[in-house]
Amino acid sequence: MSTERPVISCKNVWKLFGADPEKYLAKMSSDMSFDDMREDGYIAGVKDVSLDVFKGEMLVIMGLSGSGKSTLVRCFSRLHEITGGTIEVDGQDIMSLPEKDLIDLRRSKMGMVFQSFGLLPHRSVLDNVAFPLEMRGQDKHTRRARALEVIKLVGLEGREEYFPRELSGGQQQRVGIARSLAIEPDIWFLDEPFSALDPLIRREMQDEFLRLQQLLNKTIVFITHDFDEALRLADRIAIMKDGAVEQCDTPDQIVLHPATEYVRKFTEDIDKARVVHAGVLAKADQPGTGDPVDTGMTVHKLARLLVNDKRDFIPVTRDGASIGAMSRSEALDILLGAE
Amino acid sequence: MVAIPSVTRTPMTRNRTAIWLLGIAIVLTILQYSGVLPAWLHRIPDAMIPPAAIWLDVFFNFVKDDLGLLKFTRFLTAGLENVLDTSGNIFYGKRRWPNLGPIPWTAIAGVAVVVGYYLGGWRLAVLGGGTFIWTALIGQWKIAMETMSVLVVAAPLAFVIGLSLGIAAWKYAWVDKTIKPVLSVLQTLPFFTYLLPAVIFFKVGPTAGAVATTIYAIPPMILMTTLGLQKVSPEVVEAGKMSGCSKFQMLRHVYIPSARTEILVGVNQVIMLCLAMVVLTAFIGMPGLGAKLLAMMGSFKLGRSFEIGVTIVLLAVTLDRMSKAWVVKQPEHFEKGTSWVNRHKTLVLAIAVFIGFTLLSFVLPIAGTIGRGQDFSQGKELDNLIKGFLAIDIVQSITYGIRYFLNVWILNPFRDFMLSIPTPAMIMVVAAFAVWLGGKREGVIAVIFFGLVALSGWWDRSIITLYSVLAAVSIAMLLGIPIGVLAARSDKWSQRVLLACDTAQTFPSFIYLIPAIMLFGITATAVVGSILIFAMVPLIRYTIEGLRTVPPEMTEAADMAGATRMQKLVNVQLPLALPTMAVGFNQAIMFAFFMVIIAAFIGTQDLGQELQRTLAGTDLGKNFVLGICVSLMALTFDLVIMKWAADKKKALGLP
Repeated sequence: MSTERPVISCKNVWKLFGADPEKYLAKMSSDMSFDDMREDGYIAGVKDVSLDVFKGEMLVIMGLSGSGKSTLVRCFSRLHEITGGTIEVDGQDIMSLPEKDLIDLRRSKMGMVFQSFGLLPHRSVLDNVAFPLEMRGQDKHTRRARALEVIKLVGLEGREEYFPRELSGGQQQRVGIARSLAIEPDIWFLDEPFSALDPLIRREMQDEFLRLQQLLNKTIVFITHDFDEALRLADRIAIMKDGAVEQCDTPDQIVLHPATEYVRKFTEDIDKARVVHAGVLAKADQPGTGDPVDTGMTVHKLARLLVNDKRDFIPVTRDGASIGAMSRSEALDILLGAE
Repeated sequence: MVAIPSVTRTPMTRNRTAIWLLGIAIVLTILQYSGVLPAWLHRIPDAMIPPAAIWLDVFFNFVKDDLGLLKFTRFLTAGLENVLDTSGNIFYGKRRWPNLGPIPWTAIAGVAVVVGYYLGGWRLAVLGGGTFIWTALIGQWKIAMETMSVLVVAAPLAFVIGLSLGIAAWKYAWVDKTIKPVLSVLQTLPFFTYLLPAVIFFKVGPTAGAVATTIYAIPPMILMTTLGLQKVSPEVVEAGKMSGCSKFQMLRHVYIPSARTEILVGVNQVIMLCLAMVVLTAFIGMPGLGAKLLAMMGSFKLGRSFEIGVTIVLLAVTLDRMSKAWVVKQPEHFEKGTSWVNRHKTLVLAIAVFIGFTLLSFVLPIAGTIGRGQDFSQGKELDNLIKGFLAIDIVQSITYGIRYFLNVWILNPFRDFMLSIPTPAMIMVVAAFAVWLGGKREGVIAVIFFGLVALSGWWDRSIITLYSVLAAVSIAMLLGIPIGVLAARSDKWSQRVLLACDTAQTFPSFIYLIPAIMLFGITATAVVGSILIFAMVPLIRYTIEGLRTVPPEMTEAADMAGATRMQKLVNVQLPLALPTMAVGFNQAIMFAFFMVIIAAFIGTQDLGQELQRTLAGTDLGKNFVLGICVSLMALTFDLVIMKWAADKKKALGLP
């Protein structure tokens, strides 16, 4: 995560569904709840969300079905027109873009993967992957070469001429991923990409996805309803409920300090030791003594050390430099699941 | 929480209104029988009937001449005529540009085999080849090709217009709103009403035939296109948008290909309706299979009629099966390095077969055209056979017996009774029926629609039309529903009977006259007979479908409750199947209204007869008034029954 300007920045974004959402939003009082609005015949898809996504980071938006996570991500790419607020992509207000520029933005900067793949049934794997390039007007030869390249990247070599219905679910989603990568987007949206897959395949695809991310290092907005998946993948997690963001923070912080009761319920059954890192526990004002541990180690990985070591404070280093020390008893509490 | 659907049970007030209406109608009828009803309450006096036909004529003449529509359509006619001449030359050697035809019959049959094999394997290959070989050998090649030459022009035209209108209706709500009511009227308008404007604006013969055929086939194409486009999955649409499609690219690369199945189903319906109509355009002097069939039936040549009927049926089944096979045909991939020839095997083979047979026909003329006297037609022999069979004492006494029984004991008394009911009483009976099944709104509409029919001045003929429809559909129900119930008892029989119904529904309606005429000659019984056969098909079909789609857990629950077969049928299956069966009943009535008009050809005293008579002249106004009368009656039934079926489905929680 860096301190530079965010890639996507949204401020007080609203998306209401109903008869005349603009008018309703304008005269609505600020303390209306989701259920109040529903009684008036309006559904709050996105409710007053402010959020930044930074370059190279993976933001996971987590929530149960109907919480507005898919709606929010569709506002980022203006597949949905928002009712209020502003969304900037690379400093540009996308709501003010004319249609042509919007199409250009999608053609050059954005890629999206869909839950049920959204493949065109009448096109072969190769033609599906080359589709965004074709829309962009690239000539047949270059787009074919590029498509073959991405197909190879997602491990579908040799299936170029197959049609979607001839492939398994996992393979179809690989096609979806390849298509979204074909234009080399800066921003990559993934809308529950693995939810429609079997658990075993899902795991395999998550690993594959992490491999791709290490290779490509894109800015990613990833949607899931699976908290484990979110913890496994995210740099930051935004938890949504009824259209609003309940908490947006790193996995460690969410697990350690849930902001609301709703978030706490999610974290209850989570093995916190596998999520919390040494770096988070380190206190800068404590020097500690002896051999240090690396900031990226989870409490779970340090288990043996924590049990056997006798020091009260263990120094933590990032890239060799000391950033403080963590309390062993605090770490042990997390390891043992004590409240 | 499960939301309780807000379904209104039939309220007591509704039933009471219906009973009141019925009561008044009975009182009026009794008064009529006791001779105390004033004449003006029995029938609307002639003086009170507005001269709608004359007004319409004035209007049409204004549009036709003053607005110059006729000039415009005659201009279109010239263009269409050229196209038809060209296809005529290619298919049956009409002496027009490009003077290439006719294509040898062997070449067409050969290509049909290749295409059939490509689409559906050997069975379709045999069907395709067999159809054309039969047509050629039986000596009907030329008339069949006259029909085909119009079909190949009308069907693509209907496809293009239907597709464009369908896209427009999907895209713009106002187009959809304008088109919907027009479509429902078009679908109930008797086909004679299509024919006369076609003749007036597009000249007698193939051009008018092609225009009437095209217009007749457009509505389902519009509906299927809109349906297909609406059904495209939102994720595919979003994927298209995220790929950076412009609006046109979305339509061309995403929407239309994704709606492929529905669009192709539309194509299938266009082809079938075109074939059905092109046969019927015989009534406006369009040569071909229909004209020949009309002539043969008119002169009671049953053998030849039968042969032509077989040809039409074979053509219909071939076109239907092939276009349906095309619907389910999915693209398949080829391994890398497959040569062009291998990837386009069918195309190469078809061209090779075409050229091969064409060359052969230069050497061997019989492979090109089968001349007079070279065919295998057994028309006369068949004729003798059929007539001989009908002349056997037992057969004759049976058919005569049926005819006598139906006419004297059922049909005629029923008709006379319906005619004796005073006009306002009849309208009230229909209104009572509409209120009881549909509701207040439907009742009001029924009164308006039948009121208009009464004001048209053709009340008696309308009632005779209605009587034929009701009589035929009632008998069709008595026969069809038991057949459906029996067939639904086993998987095997359901499939067989459904397949038979499917096939029968592809036959052009004209065909149904043949067996009726064969059995009952040119009589009123034949009219009811032909409607009966035609209307029975949807009744059987929807009875089976309704019974087969009853959720299995409900029949299982009945089984576990110890219900006997009969108890299960009466208490569980039939009530749940009723909404679906109602759809079949509705279709039967629509089919009957359609058929009763065609049966005018046999000789009836209803609206159809008058309609057919207008074809000889230029009475556009009268033609429209008559057509609208049929349409209004059919629409009333359609509206009421469909409303009832929808309400019932909702109440039962069926999809």
